[in-house]
Amino acid sequence: MKVPILKQGNILIATIQSALTDQDLISLKDNLSHQVIQHRSHGVVIDITELDVMDSFSTRTLRNIASILKLRGADTVIVGMQPDVAFAMVQLGLTLPNVKTARDLEEGLTLLK
Amino acid sequence: MKSFQVSVSIISDADIVTARQQARELAKTFGFSSSELAVIAAAISELARNIVSYAKKGTIFVKLIQEQGKKGVLIVAEDQGPGIPDLHLAMQDGYSTMNSLGLGLPGVKRLMDTFEIQSTVGQGTAVTAKKWVM
Ligand SMILES: Nc1ncnc2c1ncn2[C@@H]1O[C@H](COP(=O)(O)OP(=O)(O)OP(=O)(O)O)[C@@H](O)[C@H]1O
Ligand SMILES: [Mg+2]
Repeated sequence: MKVPILKQGNILIATIQSALTDQDLISLKDNLSHQVIQHRSHGVVIDITELDVMDSFSTRTLRNIASILKLRGADTVIVGMQPDVAFAMVQLGLTLPNVKTARDLEEGLTLLK
Repeated sequence: MKSFQVSVSIISDADIVTARQQARELAKTFGFSSSELAVIAAAISELARNIVSYAKKGTIFVKLIQEQGKKGVLIVAEDQGPGIPDLHLAMQDGYSTMNSLGLGLPGVKRLMDTFEIQSTVGQGTAVTAKKWVM
């Protein structure tokens, strides 16, 4: 399943679906790193509202995406993490250091203003 | 007839998604809360990914169980891969031979109520873990 990426002004919005495979996440990384240059975006919102699980791979990949986009001149905000997902993630020992987070799309967009 | 167990063969990363979806559906019928379901899904994700990454193929087996009046779920992740030479090391936070976070196995142990791992070099690895309905 592909992750749709929407362009809204200087911002790109990627909306992740629940049945996300490792391959989908890797394509998202590649697509975003091309599109921030192509569209001269200064911010990226990754909406994970639909995501029903975070594991070591998705955490590591989201961290990588944020670092890569930073080097390509764009800030990343991850929005919409469900409480249950956050709970399991913390118990697993996973963290998202140096990655901005916000509760929903609106807050995420505000952060990037 | 209602089924009480699922078995998913794990060969590619798409099977990781299948395993956690099927486990979720199964566990839901037993009254696990949504946060417990997220915990079970995360544990399965880690175990299935280890199979894909290190053993190439294996099986995730999930079963509804009842012991001493407690309801729960049993997860068995099995492979005939290379095995783990030093289990003590593999169970440590941050230990990874793949330059990853090294949180999968110790994380699953934290997520589940019981956790056992058996591994023989050259023969394979089996992780058995249980989670009770709260
Ligand atoms: N099924 C397996 N077969 C062989 N080796 C394994 C298996 N599962 C884990 N290992 C070994 O144990 C190590 C620790 O596993 P663990 O899942 O904790 O971390 P990781 O997979 O390296 O990183 P992460 O899961 O955080 O992405 C692995 O690096 C690997 O060497
Ligand atoms: Mg792992």
